[in-house]
Amino acid sequence: MPDNRGCFSAFIVNLLEEETTVEATQATPVKYDMEVVRWFTIAAAIYAVVGTLIGVYIASELAWPFLNFDLEYITFGRLRPLHTNAVIFAFGGCVLMATGFYMVQRTGSTKLWSNGLAWFTFWGWNLIIVSAVVTLPLGLTTGKEYAELEWPIDIAIAVVWLSFGLNHLMTVAIRKTSHIYVSNWFTMGMIVMITYLHVVNSLAIPVSMTNSFSVFTGVQDAMVQWWWGHNAVGFYLTGGFLGIMYYFVPKQAQRPVFSYRLSVLHFWALTFGYVWLGAHHLQYTALPDWTGSLGAAVSLAMIIPSWGGAMNGMMTLSGAWDKLRTDYILRFLVVALAFYAMSTFEGPVMSIKSVNALSHYTDWTVGHVHSGALGWMAMVAYGAMYHMIKKLWGVEKMYSESLVNVHFWLATIGTVVYVVAMWVSGIMQGLMWRDYDEYGTLTYTFVESVSAMHPYYAMRAVGGLIFHVGTLIALYNIVMTVSRAGATRSAGSVPAKA
Amino acid sequence: MSDHDKIYSTKFQDKIERSTVLMFVVTAIAVAIGGIVEIVPLFYLPNTAVTGGDGTYNGTAHKDKDGNVISMDKIVWNPATSAHKTLDEWQAGDGVRPYKPLELAGRNVYIREGCYLCHSQMIRPFRDEKDRYGHYSIAEESMYDHTYQWGSKRTGPDLARVGGKYSDEWHIRHLSYPRQVVPESVMPNYFWLANGKVNVEETVQTMKVLTIMPFNPIPKTIYTDAYIDGAAAQLEGKTEMEALVAYLQGMGNHIKFEEGVNYRD
Repeated sequence: MPDNRGCFSAFIVNLLEEETTVEATQATPVKYDMEVVRWFTIAAAIYAVVGTLIGVYIASELAWPFLNFDLEYITFGRLRPLHTNAVIFAFGGCVLMATGFYMVQRTGSTKLWSNGLAWFTFWGWNLIIVSAVVTLPLGLTTGKEYAELEWPIDIAIAVVWLSFGLNHLMTVAIRKTSHIYVSNWFTMGMIVMITYLHVVNSLAIPVSMTNSFSVFTGVQDAMVQWWWGHNAVGFYLTGGFLGIMYYFVPKQAQRPVFSYRLSVLHFWALTFGYVWLGAHHLQYTALPDWTGSLGAAVSLAMIIPSWGGAMNGMMTLSGAWDKLRTDYILRFLVVALAFYAMSTFEGPVMSIKSVNALSHYTDWTVGHVHSGALGWMAMVAYGAMYHMIKKLWGVEKMYSESLVNVHFWLATIGTVVYVVAMWVSGIMQGLMWRDYDEYGTLTYTFVESVSAMHPYYAMRAVGGLIFHVGTLIALYNIVMTVSRAGATRSAGSVPAKA
Repeated sequence: MSDHDKIYSTKFQDKIERSTVLMFVVTAIAVAIGGIVEIVPLFYLPNTAVTGGDGTYNGTAHKDKDGNVISMDKIVWNPATSAHKTLDEWQAGDGVRPYKPLELAGRNVYIREGCYLCHSQMIRPFRDEKDRYGHYSIAEESMYDHTYQWGSKRTGPDLARVGGKYSDEWHIRHLSYPRQVVPESVMPNYFWLANGKVNVEETVQTMKVLTIMPFNPIPKTIYTDAYIDGAAAQLEGKTEMEALVAYLQGMGNHIKFEEGVNYRD
C-alpha cells in the first residue's frame, strides 16, 4: 500500500490490514464463527420491519384515535412500549450483537471464544423479544419508560447480556493482534455500562410473577431512570453504533480511519462524559437544581467529542468522495454520520435550561429521538448490514443494488418528514402552552394545542410509513440475496458453514 | 522498530489498548463516575424527600417568608403529630400521605395502561404552568411513589393536581368515551375498565411490599397490620374504573401550600 496516509492513521491501517494479511498468509486461514452472525443479521432485518410498523400504527393512533378500536391490547399506552422495545432491543440489539461478534472476530483474527455461548445469546435474546411481544400488550409493565419489561424478563436480560459481554471480552482476550481495535472499545464500553444501568434501574420488589415496584421513589427514581434512559441512548444507540461506524466506514470506503488520535479522544470523552447527561431530562422538576445544570453543562461539552467523531468518520472519505455516486452502502453510512452530527448538536441545545423550558414535554423531544434513531442508528445499521451480508454469504452484490438505493432514499426522506413534523409540532406546543393574551390570561386551552397537532401527527405517520416501506424493501432485498447465495452454494462446492 | 511497537498516542493509552484487562477496568471505572456523582447525593441532600424507615428525614430547607424553617410535619402527614390519626381520617392539606387501598389499585391500572406515556405528573415552576395546573410539584409529593410517574411527554395535560378538579361523574364519562366530553381528544376509550374488577389479592400484597422497601418504605404506623387486613373489604367488588377515578381524585391536594414560601430551595 502506498505510504500516503497520515502517521496518525497508520496504526489503524495496520489493524485493518492485519486481518486480511493473516487470512491470506496463514496456511489454514482463520475460520470465523459466522453462522450466528448471519442469524442475528436476518433477525435484525425482520425486527426493523416489525418495530417500525408498530411505530407507524401508534403514530396513526395519535392522529386518528379510532384506530385504538376499543381493544385494550392495541391502545397507544400498551403498544408504545412495544414499539420502543422492538426498535431498541430487538432491532438495535440484534444489529449490535451481529456486528459485535463480526467485528471482534475479524479485528482480532480469531474465532469466537465460545460459539456455543453465542448461540445461547442468540436464542436467549430472541426469547426475551418474544416475551416482550406477549407481555407488553397484556399490560404487564413496570411503568418505567424504556425499561417496561417485568422482573423475570429483566433477570433473563441480565443473564443473556452478560453471556454476550463475556464472549466478547474473552474473544478480545484471545485475539491474535497486538492492539484492541477501536470498535471493540466502544462495544466493551457499551456492555459494561448497560450492565450497570440495567441492574440498578431494574431493582424492584415483586408482588407477583407479573408485577413489581421499583425500590426507589420520586426524585431518586427519576434520576436513576434518566441515568438509564439517556445512557441507553448514549452507550447502546450511540456508543455501540459508533463501534459499528469505526469498523464499517473504513471498510466500505477502503480507507483508513481519518485520525486515530481523534478516535482515542472521541472514545474516552464519550465514555466518561455521556454518563452525566441523564440529569438534563429533569430540568425544572423537583430535583435539586444543580443536577440538571450539571447535566446540561456536560451535555454542551459533549458537542466537541461528538463532532470530532462525526468528522473523523466523514473525513475517512477524503479522497474517495466520488464513491458516494456509485456506492449506495456508503451513502447510508455518510448520511448516518450527518444525522449523528445534527442530533449531537440538537441534544445539547435542548438541554440548555431556557430551551428545555420550551421543549420539554413536547414532540420536539420525540423528533430529536427519531433523528437519532432513524437518521443515525438505523442508517448506520443498514450500511453495516448490507456490507456484512455480502461478506457473510460470499456474494459480490446484493440481489438488487438499485433497491438499496431506493431504500436509502425512502429512509432519508422518511426521517426528514418525521423530524420536521415533530419540530413544528413540538415548538408550536411549547409556544401555545406558554402564550398569554393582552388580559394576562392563558391564550389557549390545552385541548386547543391537541387539535393544533393533528396535521403534524398525520405528517409524522406518513414520514414513519415511508421509512417503514424502506425496511420492507431492505428485507426483500436481503432475503433474495441470501436465498440466491444459498442456491449457488448448494449447487457449487462451497461448504454451507464457514 | 516495527510498526507494532511504535506508539502513536501516549504510553498509557498504548498500554490500555494492548491489554484486555486494562481496557476493561479503565472503561468500567470511567463509566461509573458520572452516575455516582449525580445519583448518590440525592440520597442524603436535603429536599430530596428521603426518609429512614422510622420516618425521620434527611432535613428540609423549606422556609417561610421570614426565613423560618417550616416543620416537615406540615409537608408530610405525620399521624403522631397530626390531629388526624389514620388514613381514613386524613384530610386534604394534612400533608403528603401514602395511597389508600382503592387508590393503589387505581394506580396499578394507571401504570398498566401506560398513562404516563402521555400525561406528566410534574408541574414546573413557570407562570403558565401555575395558571394551567396549579402550584409547582415538590419532591415530597412523590416520595411514596415506588416507580415514579412524572412522565416525559404531554400529549395530554399534566395530572399532578387533577384531584378534585372534576367530579367523579365527569371522570367516568371522560375515561369511558373521551371524545364525548372533549371532542378534540386523542385519548383511547377506556369504557371497558368498568367491566374489570380490581385485583384484591395483588393490591393487598402491594401494600405489604411497600412497607418493606429499602428506600422510603411506607411507615408501619400508617400501613398498620390492621389497616392492611382491612384493605380487602374496601376493595371487594370495586371496578377498575372506580379505582382509577379514586387515584386521580386523590392527586395533588395533599399539601396546603402557603404564599411566598419557596418549597424547592
